[in-house]
Amino acid sequence: MAEDQDKILEEVTGGEYKYGFYTDIETEFIPKGLSEDVVRIISAKKNEPEWMLEFRLKAFRHWLKMKAPNWAHLNIPEIDFQDIIYYAAPKKKPELESMDEVDPELRATFDKLGIPLDEQKMLSGVAVDAVIDSVSVKTTFKETLAEKGIIFCSISEAIQEFPDLVKKYLGSVVPHGDNFFAALNAAVFSDGSFVYIPKGVRCPMELSTYFRINAMNTGQFERTLIVADDDSYVSYLEGCTAPQRDENQLHAAIVEIITMERAEVKYSTVQNWYPGDKEGKGGIYNFVTKRALCKGDYSKVMWTQVETGSAITWKYPSCILQGDHSIGEFYSVAVTNNYQQADTGTKMIHLGKNTRSLIVSKGVSAGRSHNSYRGLVKVSKKAENARNFSQCDSLLLGDQCGAHTFPYLEIVNNTAKVEHEATTSKIGEDQIFYCNQRGMSTEDAVGLIVNGYVKEVINQLPMEFAVEAQKLLQISLEGSVG
Amino acid sequence: MLVIKDLHAKIEDKEILRGINLEVKPGEVHAIMGPNGSGKSTLSSVLAGNEKFEVCEGSASFHGKDLLDLSPEDRAREGLFLSFQYPVEIPGVSMVNFMRTAVNEHRKYQEKDPFSASEFLKLMREKKKLVEIDSNLTNRSVNEGFSGGEKKKNEIFQMAMLEPKLAILDETDSGLDIDALRVVANGVNKLKSPENATILITHYQRLLDYIVPDYVHVLYKGRIVKSAGKELAHELEEKGYDWIKKEFED
Repeated sequence: MAEDQDKILEEVTGGEYKYGFYTDIETEFIPKGLSEDVVRIISAKKNEPEWMLEFRLKAFRHWLKMKAPNWAHLNIPEIDFQDIIYYAAPKKKPELESMDEVDPELRATFDKLGIPLDEQKMLSGVAVDAVIDSVSVKTTFKETLAEKGIIFCSISEAIQEFPDLVKKYLGSVVPHGDNFFAALNAAVFSDGSFVYIPKGVRCPMELSTYFRINAMNTGQFERTLIVADDDSYVSYLEGCTAPQRDENQLHAAIVEIITMERAEVKYSTVQNWYPGDKEGKGGIYNFVTKRALCKGDYSKVMWTQVETGSAITWKYPSCILQGDHSIGEFYSVAVTNNYQQADTGTKMIHLGKNTRSLIVSKGVSAGRSHNSYRGLVKVSKKAENARNFSQCDSLLLGDQCGAHTFPYLEIVNNTAKVEHEATTSKIGEDQIFYCNQRGMSTEDAVGLIVNGYVKEVINQLPMEFAVEAQKLLQISLEGSVG
Repeated sequence: MLVIKDLHAKIEDKEILRGINLEVKPGEVHAIMGPNGSGKSTLSSVLAGNEKFEVCEGSASFHGKDLLDLSPEDRAREGLFLSFQYPVEIPGVSMVNFMRTAVNEHRKYQEKDPFSASEFLKLMREKKKLVEIDSNLTNRSVNEGFSGGEKKKNEIFQMAMLEPKLAILDETDSGLDIDALRVVANGVNKLKSPENATILITHYQRLLDYIVPDYVHVLYKGRIVKSAGKELAHELEEKGYDWIKKEFED
């Protein structure tokens, strides 16, 4: 009986990855492997100023002395960092003036992904920066945004054009010595997005970056920096996919956010890197450091993530609540299937007075996957009246998967109020039967139940992203059955 | 409409249904009564296709189709509805979303276009009125935090939405106060037509004061041991089940 159910769930959850295509775009590579020379080549290719090269070299030298972390509940095969290409870029055509000039193959790729980079986005009010392999290929609506003084461009461009801003903030939230992958990223990051919202400006549209790894054996190391000045607001979306390959590919990104007085940043991610096949072959290793510094009083950062892809996910979007009355929120859905592994969560570091944080984490595990929540709530001595509420729920589909919760608390101020709730449940046979009896297939039933379970988080996403995320959940759990 | 012949079913190695014979025609209301553990709820689960139970012998046809051969969802789409004794909660799934999915799955099976949002909401308003269900019930997640009575009313509301040919009401009266019982019974009576049929599974005569059956069957140890008109229910109410037990002790 239980076996039957597991069989059903196995069928239902045996979905295939739908973004596994590869586009044949002329690509420029540098040789495999990592050395000081490679770092210099990357910097030279990008025509970077001296200070940027120094930034990279410092990070690289530090990285050489570091070891890959092994504290996560992950089984990470040894990664040969010399077997990776650290820079791949669609071959540069002359400077692009309009969308018509973007490589048609590339445009087709983005169309397949459902993100037309053109005027349609105007209607939905989303500005897009697209990063393919290592290089930002097109940022839309730059001019519209510039009218408000908003800077939204690739980080390479920002290094050239806004060196003072970049110099001031790059590495200020995630220093290169922070962790192994952060150091690696700082040494070899190739591109990413840069956002600056000036004082008092509410960004009138969603800003969005789409990342795609296309070339073989390449790592993608993008770096995003968002600075929100006093009384500003921005909502930022990040999406990602990769082709289906037998080898594992490395993705090690950094996102840094800085919010000044009363500024608010919403950062939403739908992560859909290739998760590997049903036997666990291939897939992206996703090692990401995301951190926000709520520097100003009354500032607020909200992380929302829907993690469905990657063979391995190691990711803890965090908030340093430095300003008094600042707020950090973390909403997460992590779905693992087949042999996927995820160790994800957040860190809320309360430094300022009357700071508040909220954590809502929903894990869904299927197949033979492992899904861990790891979270730290830290209240420092001076953080009077800090508040935290954490809720960590795990849902199991089948009996071959695992869900784990590792909450850490470090409280050294006795005015703190910290609450933690955790539940683990199995998707009920009786829930599925109830839906069946109302005429729904088991596949639809599982989709409905899981979407209900994660609703609290999905509701935090911007409207059109929420719809996409729901579909994605259906796909990653249900696949092509029926 | 429904013809059950010599139906045997077991759970794990325990045989619970031991040769059920029953025929239900359109327009009829059948009541199945019996003491605890006689197999009443098993019968409804088996007819709805719950895989916990294994059918080991016998047949059941529904509108000429082999019922036992159909998946639970296809049985539902063919017009078989089960009002659950213990409706489950599905947190986070709104009643509107749930019902819309269900109704449109039925329509797809009938090769009809799905309802648009406005058509669907209109239908929902009508049916809510028909079964006198509190309108905020449908704004909540499926059965989540519903009282016992609300859950049962919600089952009847779903029945009204799906317009089944055969409705099986499994202990719908248990745990209901008199007002809720009246609402549920009114709903069932309003939905009755010459084309559809109802099987009431109940322990008590009480429900049958409100929904008058054409036939009453007594289920005991997995078999229907007595069938008669509605007067049988009164007899059972007076004498209890002991005389039946005595009569069929071996």
